Amino acid sequence: MTPPVLEVVGLRVEVEGRGDDIVDDISFAIGAGEVLGLVGESGSGKSTVGLALLGHTRRGARITGGEVRVEGRDILGLSPAGLRGLRGKTVSYVPQDPASALNPALRIRTQLEEVLETHAFGDSRAARAARMREMLEEVLLPSDDGFLRRYPHQLSGGQQQRVGLAMAFACRPRVIVLDEPTTGLDVTTQAHVLSTVRDLCSAHGVAALYVSHDLAVVATLADRVAVMYAGRIVENGPERVLFRAAAHPYTRRLVEAIPEMSGRHALEGIAGTAPRPGQRADGCFFAPRCTYAVEACTIELPPLEQSGEGHFVRCVRHAEISALGVSERRPAPELPEPDTATTLVSVRGLDAWHGDRQFLFGIDLSVLPRQCVALVGESGSGKTTLARCIAGLHRDFKGELALYGKPLAAGARARSRDDRRRLQYIFQSPYSSLNPRKTIAQIVSQPLGLFFDLDHRETHERVVATLERVRLNPSAMTRYPHELSGGERQRVAIARALAAEPTLLVCDEITSALDVSVQAAIIDLIAELQREMKLGLLFVTHNLALIRTIAEEVAVMNAGRIVERGKVEDVLASPQDAYTKALLADTPSMELALAAGA
Amino acid sequence: MSGVAAAAAPLALPKRRRPIVVLLRRAWRLPRTKVGVLLMLLLVGTALIGPFFAPHDPAAFANIPYGKPGGSTPLGTDALGRDVLSRFLWGGRSILGLSTAATAIGLVLGVSIGLVSAYSRGLLDDVLMRIMDVILAFPSIVLALVAVSTVGPKLWLIVLVVGLTTMPRVARVTRGASAEIVERDFVQAAEALGEPRAKLLLGEILPNITSPLMVEASLRLTYAIGLIASLSFLGFGEQPPAADWGLMINENQQGLTIQPWGVLMPVIAIALLTIGTSLIGDGLSRASAGIDRTGGE
Repeated sequence: MTPPVLEVVGLRVEVEGRGDDIVDDISFAIGAGEVLGLVGESGSGKSTVGLALLGHTRRGARITGGEVRVEGRDILGLSPAGLRGLRGKTVSYVPQDPASALNPALRIRTQLEEVLETHAFGDSRAARAARMREMLEEVLLPSDDGFLRRYPHQLSGGQQQRVGLAMAFACRPRVIVLDEPTTGLDVTTQAHVLSTVRDLCSAHGVAALYVSHDLAVVATLADRVAVMYAGRIVENGPERVLFRAAAHPYTRRLVEAIPEMSGRHALEGIAGTAPRPGQRADGCFFAPRCTYAVEACTIELPPLEQSGEGHFVRCVRHAEISALGVSERRPAPELPEPDTATTLVSVRGLDAWHGDRQFLFGIDLSVLPRQCVALVGESGSGKTTLARCIAGLHRDFKGELALYGKPLAAGARARSRDDRRRLQYIFQSPYSSLNPRKTIAQIVSQPLGLFFDLDHRETHERVVATLERVRLNPSAMTRYPHELSGGERQRVAIARALAAEPTLLVCDEITSALDVSVQAAIIDLIAELQREMKLGLLFVTHNLALIRTIAEEVAVMNAGRIVERGKVEDVLASPQDAYTKALLADTPSMELALAAGA
Repeated sequence: MSGVAAAAAPLALPKRRRPIVVLLRRAWRLPRTKVGVLLMLLLVGTALIGPFFAPHDPAAFANIPYGKPGGSTPLGTDALGRDVLSRFLWGGRSILGLSTAATAIGLVLGVSIGLVSAYSRGLLDDVLMRIMDVILAFPSIVLALVAVSTVGPKLWLIVLVVGLTTMPRVARVTRGASAEIVERDFVQAAEALGEPRAKLLLGEILPNITSPLMVEASLRLTYAIGLIASLSFLGFGEQPPAADWGLMINENQQGLTIQPWGVLMPVIAIALLTIGTSLIGDGLSRASAGIDRTGGE
């Protein structure tokens, strides 16, 4: 067996000054041509590990221990000049957001040349020019002069990320760190970028670390997977073993939180939040949230133990847990029967514009009471514009819009108080949809003050009841949004919508800013609320895997038109439209990835 | 760990600090803010409590004109033979009162115009901002002189004019800071709920721009103090025989070589006051920049 290209031993990164560890005891190895997926939820320290492979940390952090060996040489001991020579040449990095990683003022040619020149790649200008074209062809981009003369803003998101890949692979590095490079991309683009990464790594024998929060993506790409939780690697093993017979409770829960295309099981989130640096108690960090926890778990942090061939686990009960096999899971609950007697909201022949550009063309859509309709499409398909037209936030449209058969005015302010109350909109990002200067109680009571005539005590009681409804502790009332986690904030946003006692909820990508385990919990909550409160739901998402568990009907949008509509089972089982077929094929899915490997 | 998701989960010690309190605490940690606050306290203290310690009536004659320091007149006497120390102790009230009132007027008007402008955008925004530009184009001292020479040296007029010249700068800062807030989803959410516009501006947007506004307020106060002192120096502010720092400089400038205290004391006081307010402003702006970087905490 050849020695690994990259070896990390006992890496520790601390918060500067305080000495609290951000990550500690990180050890793994990656061989030539191998892709290691580093998976974890936000705040787990996965990006910190990725950057440490380049000998770099974010401001306020410092590498204080361990070794990062590239082909046997420890890079952490290198001088600043040595590190500069290493970065981009031997170890390269592909950042998350290609749009902000490329210099908007420089042409693509200049930026690519810069990488090659910095590292004195090739003997002559001609050799470098040849390499530049070769690189672009490798990442499946045009290599003509016309393309090289472009500026980053003239490229699509996928093309920008390919340029990023080309720059990373330019000097034939030995190790490449990819930090969530496909997060902002559409599924179709993502599928292409992922296959490019895979091909390049195996063709050139590059050791790749693929940092991601998306387990489905990692399952399709990685050979091995390391799972991080609260700054530690809790499990590290071959991809197939890890996703099928995980031995760490956290990994098992994480896998269960991934939405399945088949939608057989209910999505289950993980209660609680991960401890942050400086707040980590003795014992296993996952113990407070773990259903398998025993007394031994709270005494000391378990070491990373070998559980099988190339499979390491940090859990005192890993042997018992891996023997459990596939765990029993709650089946997906029945969807409520829609009420077909009336139509809750109907859209007919809707055209919408942003300025001079038309974004929606002849949209027909209806939602029945107690029905969940999913609106699926990629970014730019117009799905959010449609949702905003319905919610009264986008006024520039023509066409019919009706609530219970009565026409709805274009802007929210032109609608009656009752229409505004019945139709509530939940925003994508709970980080911007809550006013940072208001307490949770003030936020949730906002619709109460506008729609109901309540005294102080009644308002308080309603707020408490609504918070309990979304499973938030009423003690959160006096907190400010920044004191809550992303999932908790989204619950507050849902509570604000519920406080108005709506009949239709418009959910615009409400889980796309959240971690998978949190996403699962939020979807579960929304589904339950829909059942209990008999709500109609318009669920906007780009994630096809999500709709099966929650929606009854689906409308697929592409370039401002609804291209396919029907029952969710029918559309997923036998898509009719070419676009829907392509979308289904490109959606990364755990089940498909595992089935393909079997 | 702030686990409020599970209803039964025990709560960690909550840190319930209003963001504005966080800003003030951060600003206070900076030495420049402490120096600024100290200077401010010193001079406001002098202006407010000083008169109780004045040895003479500020308008009464105590000695010969330009009398040397000593005896019952520790800082000597002014051009008319009045006690410099007493006049100095009495002379801070008007300048502080007038400049605070002027800044307050400027802030209220400027914030209102800036908020409406940022929220409405379109034509109204353009019209309001161009009007602000026109006012900005006139040097404020010239504007004040024109107003005073037309209506006469009335104190309310000075306050109003200085307030009006403060307004466009505050409006611009408010508009700039709010433009980004207006786009945020929580404003859209309030919009979808149909929150009344005034409540939306004051309840949703205004609390989010308090940091830049506090910085701007202290900066505007600095300018207002300077402007009002200049106006009284030119004789358009408080009228003789009232004691006023700006007026004192004017009255005693000819005796500068013989008896400098009548000019020096008010000059030092005005300088320290403006340095104090601008140091506070600087401390606040540094602290708020830090807050913006780390996103709230």
